[in-house]
Amino acid sequence: MGKVAIIGVGQSAFVRGYPGSIRELAFEGFKEAVQDAQISVQDIDASIICSAPEYDKQRSPSGVFAEYLGLTPQPTFYLESLCSSTSMGLRMAYSLVKSGLHEVVAVLGFQKMSEISSAESQERMGRGADIQWESPFGTMMPAYYAMFAKAHMEKYGTTNEDLALVRVKSATYGQLNEKALFRKPVAVEMFSDPEHFMSGPVASPLCVGDCCANADGSSCLIVASEDKAKALSKKPVWILGLGAASASVNMSGRDSFTGLAVARQASEQAYKMAGVTQKDIDVAEVHDCFTISEIIAYEDLGFAKPGEGKDLIKSKETYKEGSIPVNMDGGLLSKGHPIGATGGSQIRTIVLELRGEAGEMQVKDPEIGLVHNIGGVGLYGAVTILGR
Amino acid sequence: MSKKKEIDDRFKKFGTVSYTSLTKVNDFIDYLEEGKVMGTRCVDCGMVFFPPRADCYKCFSSNIEWFEVSGKGRLEAYSKLKYAPVGFEDDLPYFIAVLDYGDYKVFGRIASNVPDEEIKLGLEMKTVANKLPSGQLNYVFKKA
Ligand SMILES: [Zn+2]
Repeated sequence: MGKVAIIGVGQSAFVRGYPGSIRELAFEGFKEAVQDAQISVQDIDASIICSAPEYDKQRSPSGVFAEYLGLTPQPTFYLESLCSSTSMGLRMAYSLVKSGLHEVVAVLGFQKMSEISSAESQERMGRGADIQWESPFGTMMPAYYAMFAKAHMEKYGTTNEDLALVRVKSATYGQLNEKALFRKPVAVEMFSDPEHFMSGPVASPLCVGDCCANADGSSCLIVASEDKAKALSKKPVWILGLGAASASVNMSGRDSFTGLAVARQASEQAYKMAGVTQKDIDVAEVHDCFTISEIIAYEDLGFAKPGEGKDLIKSKETYKEGSIPVNMDGGLLSKGHPIGATGGSQIRTIVLELRGEAGEMQVKDPEIGLVHNIGGVGLYGAVTILGR
Repeated sequence: MSKKKEIDDRFKKFGTVSYTSLTKVNDFIDYLEEGKVMGTRCVDCGMVFFPPRADCYKCFSSNIEWFEVSGKGRLEAYSKLKYAPVGFEDDLPYFIAVLDYGDYKVFGRIASNVPDEEIKLGLEMKTVANKLPSGQLNYVFKKA
């Protein structure tokens, strides 16, 4: 069995209030990926459409997109794992290609969140948790992650300022990403200035500046068999390792509130499959849906010991010049988080980095990159390791 | 103790907003009315479940019995909401939290009369049935 490659990547700009329908939004990411791969749509023999349901009215978007994108009569299907949908889509594409059932598969993630209000969106997202036993208490994603932030602070001494430093780094690189929603500089002082919107209350200890924003966007990955990749592509990026895990949806089933078991399990699997360790990773994208999430990701991935994630951001080791550059595209905090499109956007960034095409966001000569993509409150976790 | 009804939708009384009404563990609601917070135990293999379940994933038995969540738990995680999802605006501000009882954990809310400054990890608390102003039922954590 041969290797499996990503031969094309694309994404739309991530925006608020996309002035079009979901099929038109999907077209933007798809077109860029097909053009990037320099293939024709007819080369694609299956498509996997990824998103979280209920943000728009369309049921079964796969058929609608397949028609709009010219992907009929090839098979198409829908995959959902909340915010990790596209990474799980990549996992499915890998197995479809590896099995020989298909040779070139498009993984297309999308989300149009601006058709509903922010509070309604929090309610939808909250229902990505346990609707029978938890949602009736009034839960939402920031509040769940705030529990992890508070536990991390009390156990390890992580501070609100440490969290703010994550957002400052995010903004440093988000400003360079023309597809990002937020492109303004951020200073730590904004978090303690009661007049500044960044310090607005959400769920303590997290404030507005600690949270990523809803967005509309699409992303697309073109996945190919080794033979097809060599025939069609000048710059294939190879899938070296894949890891995926799930956890108890109810918080009462969790062992720890200072880390995510799914991330530890998925990264162990991915490192093992790729035959590498965390020391071999030259550039990474982690799921910074909240500032605390990035610090916890450093620890779950082994970039830092438990409790020492804050030291990595304080010493700027995760900046471009540091030992392990993280989120060179600004991450979810700057790009915005169109749930189903996020994983594909993270993977796109690492593919561009490995090809040396990341422009101002380019780190020096990376050979191996990692993507950490989480669904829900550590409900699903996917880690992908890519190489040149 | 279950009251005979055409449709047993007692669970719609759970929480500020309930998102489901049909479940085989609907007796949970009757116990709450009586002031008891209950979990379930598998009669065949002894597995203990909170939140309560009708089925044991370990031995596939559906032979379950109820037990009362009693004694003290330790506060393992918490956060204070200052912004609420649709339907919960009138409850603000409020805490969500997890209590660790050793054999099981309980997710819920901290009672609104517990002073903020006393809330910290490891605090000993108990789980208490609670009636909301709307007549809905839930449970809250109070200092043990
Ligand atoms: Zn059993």
